[in-house]
Amino acid sequence: MKNLLFLTMMLITGIVSAQSKYEAGMGKAFEQMKAVKTAEDMGATAAFFERIADTEKDKWLPYYYAAYCNYLTGWMNPNADKDAVGEKAKALVVKAEVIEKNNSELYILRQMIAVQQLTVDPMSRFQTYGAQANEALEKAKQADPNNPRIYLVDGQYKMNVPDAFGGGKEVGKKLFTKSLELFKTFKPASEMHPSWGFDQAEKLLAQCQQ
Amino acid sequence: MKKLVILPASLILVLVSQAQTKISGTIRDMKSHIVAGASIQIKGSYDGAVSDSTSHFNFKSFEKGTQTIVVSNIGFKSVEQVIELKGEPIEINFALKEEVSELKAVVVTAGSFEAGDKKRAATVLNTLDVLTTGGANADITAVLKTLPGAQQVGDQEGLFVRGGAGYEAKQFIDGTLVNNPYYSSVPDIAQRGRFSPNLFKGTVFSTGGYSALYGQALSSAVILESIDLPDQSQVNASISTVFAGLGLQELAKNKKSSWGFNYGYTNVWPYFQIVKQGVDYFTIPEFHSADANFRIKTKSGGIIKYYTTFSHNQLGLRRPNIDSLILKDAFGLTNYNWYNNFSWRENLGNGWKMNLGLSYSTDHNDIHQNIQNQQNQYVITGFPYIDTLNFALENKSDLSQIKLVLDKRISGISVIRFGSEYMYANYKSNYNGLHVLLKDNFLASFAEADLYITNALALKTGFRFEQSSLLNKINFAPRLSLAYKLGNGGQMSWAYGDFYQKPENSQLIFSTQLGYTKATHYIMNYMKVTTLQTFRIEAFYKKYNDLVKTFPVYNNVGTGDAKGIELFWRDKKTIKGMDYWISYSYLDTKRDYLNYPKSLQPNFAANHTASFVLKKFYSKLNTGFNFTYTYATGRPYYNIKYNSALVKYEIADEGKTIDYHNLGFSMNWLTNIFKSYAVVVASVTNVLGSNQVFGYNYSYNGNYKQAITPVSTRFFFIGIFLSWGVDRRLDAINNNL
Repeated sequence: MKNLLFLTMMLITGIVSAQSKYEAGMGKAFEQMKAVKTAEDMGATAAFFERIADTEKDKWLPYYYAAYCNYLTGWMNPNADKDAVGEKAKALVVKAEVIEKNNSELYILRQMIAVQQLTVDPMSRFQTYGAQANEALEKAKQADPNNPRIYLVDGQYKMNVPDAFGGGKEVGKKLFTKSLELFKTFKPASEMHPSWGFDQAEKLLAQCQQ
Repeated sequence: MKKLVILPASLILVLVSQAQTKISGTIRDMKSHIVAGASIQIKGSYDGAVSDSTSHFNFKSFEKGTQTIVVSNIGFKSVEQVIELKGEPIEINFALKEEVSELKAVVVTAGSFEAGDKKRAATVLNTLDVLTTGGANADITAVLKTLPGAQQVGDQEGLFVRGGAGYEAKQFIDGTLVNNPYYSSVPDIAQRGRFSPNLFKGTVFSTGGYSALYGQALSSAVILESIDLPDQSQVNASISTVFAGLGLQELAKNKKSSWGFNYGYTNVWPYFQIVKQGVDYFTIPEFHSADANFRIKTKSGGIIKYYTTFSHNQLGLRRPNIDSLILKDAFGLTNYNWYNNFSWRENLGNGWKMNLGLSYSTDHNDIHQNIQNQQNQYVITGFPYIDTLNFALENKSDLSQIKLVLDKRISGISVIRFGSEYMYANYKSNYNGLHVLLKDNFLASFAEADLYITNALALKTGFRFEQSSLLNKINFAPRLSLAYKLGNGGQMSWAYGDFYQKPENSQLIFSTQLGYTKATHYIMNYMKVTTLQTFRIEAFYKKYNDLVKTFPVYNNVGTGDAKGIELFWRDKKTIKGMDYWISYSYLDTKRDYLNYPKSLQPNFAANHTASFVLKKFYSKLNTGFNFTYTYATGRPYYNIKYNSALVKYEIADEGKTIDYHNLGFSMNWLTNIFKSYAVVVASVTNVLGSNQVFGYNYSYNGNYKQAITPVSTRFFFIGIFLSWGVDRRLDAINNNL
């Protein structure tokens, strides 16, 4: 009996591992991402996604998450060299774009990276990085106007821009409301596709309503 | 993420745990320095790790048998190693070889301040800095004067760099020389530059030791790089206390080309009604300027740009004649200037790049001076030293040029560059009926190599070969600079070079039997740059030879030298939202040229010069406040007089001016007007009303001297700049983002 159970389990495991080494790996990486506590953990998760990506070669999602995690380290570590983080993340987005053409998620990520680099020296960087951020979001809208994350990241950027500059909490409020509305109907293409942002949009909307 | 189904990975883990192999080790570079953040991976599997801040890594793998382990990190060459996984722990140490990359490599910085949006180490100022420097009134030259190396000369236009005269500094737009970068000279009043800072994305202010691509400048090269395509179509309008302007910039829908034009009209009459001037203007200064441009991106990533600008200006002013209590000198000027610049930058493939520049400019001056009486009528006095001040001068100078530079990437990021330029200059002048024509066919060839030996060591070496048909002489100018990166993030640079320049047209009209003037530069510099802070210290020695002397005959026996130390510190970090820079220059220079009876400190050179520039933006007020304080020690002045008995020039009188102080202020308020984004600018120069003396003019007999001062103590400016289409106010977005 014991042997039979063991054999059955071996069999199941064998099937699972053969069919979905990729899914298993991604699952483990997502789990690791959820458990992240420090910027260093996040960097390790980014590296894990990148290892999956480099092994698979035809999947864009691991590159997407590798770039996303790298980007997050830029905020988690207050002393991060945001330019180095940005260049690394951008290089990963470029690799993802080779596999997946014209995907709004990747354009959104480009906007996020540009905004992160802009914050290093907003005064002198606005012209270049601000333009990059806007261009990326325009392309994201063209690719998928119903992606709620477009309005989330746009709002996140604009709410911190003073009213007279065309930003502010009122602008943020509109964008987050629109984002939340879209989240209601948004369905990721698969369970692995990006689905983050709902909680963030709610939180930021609350901030704007204060 | 919560929606994700977590696959039974843990199950697999449990079941195959017996087969795990532990792999650990360290990753360092060839010099045994720790490499943190490097990625280690078993090829074809997801197993791997990242090296930590102590260079260590460790991970476990389920793989078995012969596997390849790959170690990679940005800026290093990847390393592969075959290992055997048998379940027993493996310890393995890697040494990575650094790749020479643009991001990491040292940049040769001796002598130059690079300003632009490039993230290179030498970046110091950008266009926005030019627009928001207090008291500079958006004039590029005025802002460059706040950097070390430049003198605070207020009575003539130009950059007086490291003991060099104003004409020793040249401006280049997209590679080609600009013949008349400033509005035409008026005695004792410095004129503005002709080009708006908005035209340029990058500026390199080189105070010596510059590249072999540039010649005919003994002291300094201001290298301006025009913008490519604008971000968006826009309409601009501006109105201020002295000018009004209108412009349009249209970007094609496919973002591959753009065109635009601007027109501006300046008239200072209303301003002069309110702010009284120290001189009597009989023709109120008036300027018309129009420009147009087009830019086209090419298929292979190159760009073609054309820019043209036409301007017309006139003015007339009366000042008391220094030799008489009742007479006046009435000076009038009319100028036409047309400037054209065409450039084509192209990737030719296979590591080759091309830069082609063509330019044509024509400049026409009509200048006259009359001696007038109290009723402003033309008079002849019978005193030759007064009557010779009556003159009519008409001059026209044309410059056509073509410059081709080819660029080939050799190994790594090392580059060789070579090319040629040809200029045809035509200068015609008519001074009181005396006609002079100077024509020059000038040909130069140059070659240069940027060699990156390692990330820490770079070498730039080149030479330049020039031939002028007018002088009928050739010259050969070697250039060499070297940069070495130190461990603490700082770097040292050295530069050496020979520089030649033709004598000025005002000298060549008296004699074309002259040769090139020559300067040799030796520069040593230490620089440390982080994203928000820059520190720089530079020492130089400059030797002048073959300067033009005008007595006893026009010849090339003049000499001189200059040495000094300069400091620069810029900090955007210490106080959030505040940006400031400090520069200091020490200069020790003497020269024997023109009619100098001996070697003297020239009247444009001060020993100590310092600037403090401060900018603070208050996002709550949407307003930026900018201050610039400049100080210079007094400059020498001389009354050099001809002694007909001894047949020589001698110093009849000499002295030193009072120290120079100038506090400039400007503020920019960002708002909405007529649905446009608007910037309201207010500025004033010399806020404290300091007495500024730039030198002295002497009467003919030498008994009386008169201070050269600005025509009015302060210059006030209020202007509104509107733009529809693109948010220009975001140029100055708050720092709290």
